[in-house]
Amino acid sequence: MIDVRGLDVVFGHGKQAFHAVRDVSFSVERGHSFGLVGESGSGKTTVLRALAGLLDRVARVSGEMTVAQETLLRDRSREFRRRVQMVFQDPFGSLHPRHTVDTILGEPARVHRLDRISERIVTALEEVGLDASFRFRYPHQISGGQRQRVSIARALITDPEIILLDEPTSALDVSVQAEVLNLLMRLKRDHGLTYILVSHNLAVIAHMCETLSVMQNGAVVETMGVQQLRDHTPEMPYTRQLLTASLGYDRAAIDAFEEFT
Amino acid sequence: MTGSPLLRVEDLHVSYNTPTGLVRAVNGVSFELGREKLGIVGESGSGKSQTGRAILGLTAGAQVRARRLEFEGIDLLNASERTMRQIRGKCISMIMQDPKYSLNPVMTVGSQIEEAFLVHSKTSKREARARTLEMLRAVKIREPERVYKAYPHEVSGGMGQRIMIAMMMIPKPAIIIADEPTSALDVTVQLQVLAVLDDMIKERGMGLIFISHDLNLIASFCDRILVMYGGRVVEECIASELAQATHPYTRGLLNCLPSLDGGQDELPVLQRDPAWLTTPGGTR
Repeated sequence: MIDVRGLDVVFGHGKQAFHAVRDVSFSVERGHSFGLVGESGSGKTTVLRALAGLLDRVARVSGEMTVAQETLLRDRSREFRRRVQMVFQDPFGSLHPRHTVDTILGEPARVHRLDRISERIVTALEEVGLDASFRFRYPHQISGGQRQRVSIARALITDPEIILLDEPTSALDVSVQAEVLNLLMRLKRDHGLTYILVSHNLAVIAHMCETLSVMQNGAVVETMGVQQLRDHTPEMPYTRQLLTASLGYDRAAIDAFEEFT
Repeated sequence: MTGSPLLRVEDLHVSYNTPTGLVRAVNGVSFELGREKLGIVGESGSGKSQTGRAILGLTAGAQVRARRLEFEGIDLLNASERTMRQIRGKCISMIMQDPKYSLNPVMTVGSQIEEAFLVHSKTSKREARARTLEMLRAVKIREPERVYKAYPHEVSGGMGQRIMIAMMMIPKPAIIIADEPTSALDVTVQLQVLAVLDDMIKERGMGLIFISHDLNLIASFCDRILVMYGGRVVEECIASELAQATHPYTRGLLNCLPSLDGGQDELPVLQRDPAWLTTPGGTR
């Protein structure tokens, strides 16, 4: 479904150049979830944005990207933009504060010249577990979890095949995180969606994904099936350390931490 | 807990008058703190931060009342501003969540830490500088001389938080209140910063109130845990026994966490019971 080969992203020029993503390759099967995990600055979000076509005007992006047999060009096709949608981390920053939920959900439908917009809005709200009373509210009138549901509804409205999820639950309380993760799993089943999920949280990745890549300093350190993560048997020392750190505070283990550069 | 408690809190209430009525942020919280690491865990709006702030009198605009709020026999509730200024920093100090916002951006790291020291002790600038460098070394900063002269924007998040710890530790307080001190950091850096804090607390025999939303972290880092919900303590337990917690809210929180070893089953969703807001919490 998705195939990325030798992706490189460089911001800036000359001495100021910053090589944010180095030679990243991965592929994702239809109906699967692929996890990109790493610490801040590892390049995981940049990979997602490069795939979505959000970086072509601000960085030098090279490499080959294919989505459903369509080789991606610098200017993405309208069809690509309908098929691939994105959900962002911050439910406060990613919804227009002066637009109602109705306007927010209607916009992608209008951009893609879809019919029956009103009907689609109601259906999308239902799909994410919000009743029709939310339709004419503003983002500040609803909670963080509800806003993230609206973001998901906005992604669903164009009837996409792929959703790119950038830390979709890291701004939420754990009880709300559980609800949103359950929602994402259900939507994936019902619509046969393919996900790429970016997260710093290994447990979220282990719960959601079939395969994952661990990134560090712009490069992929290790790619594995989820079972290997669940069995706590990653091969690379960096991944092992990340796993140890994710298991909680262990004073003795911390002294053994290495710096990876 | 060893010896007499450093801090006694009995029936603490913090409330705010708002246009929509009285908001009870903290609603009858009681606990004692000895020379130990006490964790306060809860979701946003549970009152955990307000509890920490009320101890230091940092809840501007709030009505704070308590049957007792004492630090080593000093009544914090009725203490004068002058006394409180003596207590803040020197006896009880606070580490905030985000070093980016909590450090002064126009002062060098060295002068900020020195200031914390000079305010509370009559000593020379030279002595203060020496103590600051020593402190930077103690929080495992590799090039203390360079960091001393640096501005906060020139250091990483993990280093910024170590600087905060250095600043809070230099007046040698008896109690540290740490409000989500490492939530903005990557996991490995988070643990390294906590190890620095842990070692200092053990070495000096201090008390720590560690406020966090992260159940796993609190369970592995602290000695004892208070679970807060709706401004109340709904459960208290030994940290290592958190997995056997009995209150439905605590159980709900534990169950809704995705697990590293688990499958892709539906996560149990927390069902909130209004009775949690009225019935007194269980203490074990």
